[in-house]
Amino acid sequence: MNVPEDLLYTKSHEWIRREGENIRVGITDHAQAELTDVVFVELPKVGASVEAKAPVAVVESVKAASDIYAPVKGTVVEANEALTNNPALINSDPFGEGWIFALKIDNADDLKNLQSAAAYKDQIET
Amino acid sequence: MSSAAGKKTPLYQKHVRLGARMVPFGGWLMPVQYTSIVDEHQTVRNAVGIFDISHMGQFIVSGNGARDWLNAMLTNNVAKLDVGQGQYTFLLNDNGGVIDDLILYRIGEAEFLLVVNASKIEEDFAWLESHLKKERSRPGGLGAAASPCQLKNRSADFGGVAIQGPRVVDLFHDLLGQNVELPARNHVIDFVIAEMPVSIARTGYTGEDGVEVFFRASDAAKFWNLVLERGAKFGTKPCGLGARDTLRLEMCYPLNGSDLSADRNPIEAGLGFFVDLEKPNFTGREKSLETKTNGARERLIAFKMNGKGPPPRPHYSLFSGENRVGEISSGTLSPSLNIGIGMGYVSAASAKIGTPLEVEIRGQKFPATIEKKPLYKKQS
Repeated sequence: MNVPEDLLYTKSHEWIRREGENIRVGITDHAQAELTDVVFVELPKVGASVEAKAPVAVVESVKAASDIYAPVKGTVVEANEALTNNPALINSDPFGEGWIFALKIDNADDLKNLQSAAAYKDQIET
Repeated sequence: MSSAAGKKTPLYQKHVRLGARMVPFGGWLMPVQYTSIVDEHQTVRNAVGIFDISHMGQFIVSGNGARDWLNAMLTNNVAKLDVGQGQYTFLLNDNGGVIDDLILYRIGEAEFLLVVNASKIEEDFAWLESHLKKERSRPGGLGAAASPCQLKNRSADFGGVAIQGPRVVDLFHDLLGQNVELPARNHVIDFVIAEMPVSIARTGYTGEDGVEVFFRASDAAKFWNLVLERGAKFGTKPCGLGARDTLRLEMCYPLNGSDLSADRNPIEAGLGFFVDLEKPNFTGREKSLETKTNGARERLIAFKMNGKGPPPRPHYSLFSGENRVGEISSGTLSPSLNIGIGMGYVSAASAKIGTPLEVEIRGQKFPATIEKKPLYKKQS
């Protein structure tokens, strides 16, 4: 299972890429494999203020709907509109084209609550 | 997934080795998928899929009183069955609600096989056994002396697979010889394949041509391997419960526990065809007749979403205008139609084909239309 070293991770299987004052968020390779064929994504509204651990998007497979959570407090600055027509990008390229949204973060210190690639690897292997 | 969550079929190790995702289902640990639900769905629509159905139950009812007793316990007319023929039928409670839907085969002059849902094996058996006891002690009943029928639960002795898809006949000609004829639709024939005695029934739950094969539990792994090996050239692949569910829902075949339940009768579910009200007496007849005569208050309808959107799912509310008229019993994204589909119970006034509905999903309403069953028709 692919767990890129340069990303941060949540317990709920989101990945976080730091981009200056913003973060980009998606779900991990492990999560997409668990969910299987993604058939629909409900994106957050750009401009929305979100609390840490609040559900902000929904990823639906054939079998189930799963909430996607904001890793930290912030404001939604981008949503990946490409997923509307091609939700399967989450399966084919979870860490790239399959990103879900970007947040402008309120406080960079909040990122300290997230886990490293090594810690996430431990989480999914046990 | 906790392995304490369920019983294992004789094919459990095969599934694990094939990398299947195992989930609890009806008290069993079953494969929900091996690669992808959508791929496995298309395999069955275009080639051949093999499903483990060893979790399903098998009861044998035999003896001179078997036919008449089963006719009083089940809704369809057992007297219409020739030896080697099967029928879809219901086991109802005293209120006419569905305990189980099952297939009854007449496998001998006075011998019947009931194939029942995995989650209902114990309940069905207890129900049948308690009625058989009552029948034995009833004055003027079949009685112990008058060749009462025997009821046996043989579920643990048999394994089974469903083999479904347009190339199933090619596969069985390869296994049995080009000149061997498969049983006709809804019929069952015994064969020996590679020294394994098997019963092959021409039936299924997918809408494709197909068979369900039952064999000794100890032969399960050998039979499974044989089908995958010899079936490879016809595109045969293992398929899980996920695809089984999307395939059956496209055909509007009901799933007990979702579309059928103890407080709904088959008439409300639109399955009156399998309830023979001409029969003078069977459990649940009065309520079925009453529903048929007075009309159902709610009916099980099939619908398609009008456009792209989140897939409909069980328990989402169905609206007609401002009024909540019912809820979804089964829903999914149809891999064949690439649109959301489902079934649900709605008030009879809103149940006509063509009626526009709205599905409420996370507080938002999405348009849908009631469609004729089945939702998927094979292109020929």
